[in-house]
Amino acid sequence: MAKQMTGAEIVVRALKDQGVDVVFGYPGGAVLPIYDEIFKQNDIRHILVRHEQGATHMAEGYARSTGKPGVVLVTSGPGATNAVTGMTDALMDSIPMVVLTGQVPTFMIGNDAFQEADTVGITRPCTKHNWLVKDTDRLADTIHKAFHVATHGRPGPVLIDIPKDVQFARGTYTEPKDARTETYQPRTEGDADAIEAVVDLLEEAERPILYTGGGVINSGPQASRLLRELVAETGAPVTSTLMGLGAYPASGANWLGMLGMHGTYEANMAMHDCDLMVCIGARFDDRITGRTDAFSPMSRKVHIDIDPSSINKNIHVDIPIVGDVGRVLEVLLERWRARGSKTGDQSAWWSQIAAWKAVDCLRYQPSQKTIKPQHAIERLEALTRGMDRYVTTEVGQHQMWAAQFMGFDEPNRWMTSGGLGTMGYGLPASIGVQIAHPESLVVNVAGEASWLMVMQEMCTAVQYRLPVKQFILNNERLGMVRQWQELLHGERYSHSYSEALPDFVKLAEAFGCKGIHCNDPADLDEAIREMLAYDGPVIFDCLVEKHENCFPMIPSGKAHNEMLLGEASTEGAIDAGGAVLV
Amino acid sequence: MNALALKKGASKKSAYHLRAPVEEKEERHCLTVLVDNEPGVLARVIGLFSGRGYNIESLTVAETDHLGHRSRITVVTTGTPMVIEQIKAQLGRLVPVHDVHDLTVESAHVERELALVKVASQGNERVEALRLKDAFRARVVDSTLASFVFELTGSPEKIDAFIELMRPLGLVEVARTGVAAITRGAEGM
Ligand SMILES: Cc1ncc(C[n+]2csc(CCOP(=O)(O)OP(=O)(O)O)c2C)c(N)n1
Ligand SMILES: [Mg+2]
Repeated sequence: MAKQMTGAEIVVRALKDQGVDVVFGYPGGAVLPIYDEIFKQNDIRHILVRHEQGATHMAEGYARSTGKPGVVLVTSGPGATNAVTGMTDALMDSIPMVVLTGQVPTFMIGNDAFQEADTVGITRPCTKHNWLVKDTDRLADTIHKAFHVATHGRPGPVLIDIPKDVQFARGTYTEPKDARTETYQPRTEGDADAIEAVVDLLEEAERPILYTGGGVINSGPQASRLLRELVAETGAPVTSTLMGLGAYPASGANWLGMLGMHGTYEANMAMHDCDLMVCIGARFDDRITGRTDAFSPMSRKVHIDIDPSSINKNIHVDIPIVGDVGRVLEVLLERWRARGSKTGDQSAWWSQIAAWKAVDCLRYQPSQKTIKPQHAIERLEALTRGMDRYVTTEVGQHQMWAAQFMGFDEPNRWMTSGGLGTMGYGLPASIGVQIAHPESLVVNVAGEASWLMVMQEMCTAVQYRLPVKQFILNNERLGMVRQWQELLHGERYSHSYSEALPDFVKLAEAFGCKGIHCNDPADLDEAIREMLAYDGPVIFDCLVEKHENCFPMIPSGKAHNEMLLGEASTEGAIDAGGAVLV
Repeated sequence: MNALALKKGASKKSAYHLRAPVEEKEERHCLTVLVDNEPGVLARVIGLFSGRGYNIESLTVAETDHLGHRSRITVVTTGTPMVIEQIKAQLGRLVPVHDVHDLTVESAHVERELALVKVASQGNERVEALRLKDAFRARVVDSTLASFVFELTGSPEKIDAFIELMRPLGLVEVARTGVAAITRGAEGM
């Protein structure tokens, strides 16, 4: 006999059966029945956020640090629209997330009822898929299917819109094993002949490079392990996108650093000059390729991706392989070993790479007077390296410096908003990470402007005693915007500085957490140690050099081998064609 | 696949600059998309085209399998070969989409469209319109002393040709269904 229960009971039961242990949410009229059920149980922890955008980024932080989908529960209308930014962010960065929204009762839909919004209409382009459930009997099946879709194929956010009468009505519960998921089964096995062809290419290559991305991390820890084995077998150098940092260890001998617009000189030059590029779980995004018609002109290109629409979208590749990165790497290594493969002579390639590394592209002008932002991150890195550490960031210069100067030796340790570039991501993401890893150190490397965007979530951190460390590089500027205005718009700094900023130490006190202010390089280490030692949330206001630029930089519209290094003249670096690009 | 036979630098440039100019030309493709007939599925397909800036020349949709709740969408689109490939890949990853077929490249197929054409004229022009109707094997589905409504089925080109001929003969307005298409031969999809 199938179980009968109310829609609200079904929601909670289905979440439990999906292994959900935490939900990030905010109540309202259209989800009250579900909140009533949450009240009556103790298996699922509910984290009360302070803004629905915060809930979505927390779910992202949770998902990226655990590999499990993040779950969000919000009310209809404004609750749903406030969650749109986080869903779009998760879509761009392929983060599994399940969002449950309340909706006005079915008989009022379309009537401009109080707090009605066309949630499935609004979120159609910013979810992988969404559903409006009009029948309580279909609710459990839809929730199970939603988890399936969010976590299979290229992961992403899904949304289930649940009218209030559907939550009250009784219906049949469907077990996860009986849910209809068979119609969505993306391909995970790569084409065997194509994989064989990659082995051929790797054997022959003299200047190979592995260009890895977030797909390696999304594929699960075994994919990162297999990547390391592949590097050990082939001796190829490895670079990664912003999203893929940690899949190959930053301390590894073959590591070139991040590539792309603010990537290292050696990574970008190697991308440009290689004879074989193996792209693993990355998508040739415009931040990576620079000018596409000058992108890596001498190489044959392999692209391994679970999403067929990523292939040949920006860059034409010679060997596309649609499949799960972990599975494809497994078969690739199997074939490599079975054939007793050896790589070609890479010695000239590695001496070239050594010469590029000698340029020391991350070099900056040190200062005794002001704290250089790069120096602040270097010290944070030095004082936390080896700790059980997770790092999130906001968006801007500080984000790029964190990517450049922090080293990640494991996957799932680095969460940043890549595709959408969402200011306000880092603080809530750090909370989501800390919920999942209560004993670990979680640091949000922030810019003061980004941090202010969703700062009310500090209340959430305080309420749940989450010792997140907010390390704010305060340049009193929208630094990245200011840098572009300097390089592109004749140093006309239109609205890129904040004339009014809060006193962050007093703000910390007002929130009920600890505030630390530091503006002298001599005090920096001590202040960072104080932050790390404090058992609770900290807002660290690190006053840094205001007009520091983030280098290296490939100006928009330029090729990889035309990158700007720190001390180079930047005048006229970006031409009119480049200026229209973002 | 013999990877080593690939010329080095085969993918020298961005896809946007890859093909010789002649290949860069826009092509017309007729796609058949089999979908679950669930609420919003058409909005998803149309949203994909508008959101990503693809063209829709015509689009038809109806449930063709009532038991399985499957609908068949026929969409005629234009784009460079690269864009057409993207359209197919993007359609394929929509969750309710089961299958995407590019009839233009996959197989010989027939395309048919129905048009209703209203013509108002007198005297010789009226007679000439009727004569052309016979030549095109159209039917009269409504008539008054001053007008006809013709019903015509055929390939889009045939319908275009008929409409052009009606223009000087008092063409008032046209309604077209858009293309429905199916492969030739015994095989189904
Ligand atoms: C929500 C949002 N609005 C606007 C932008 C555009 N934007 C990118 S970086 C940036 C400045 C960020 O300033 P801050 O957080 O202080 O970081 P900094 O660059 O100074 O390190 C802005 C406004 C964005 N990425 N996200
Ligand atoms: Mg700033």
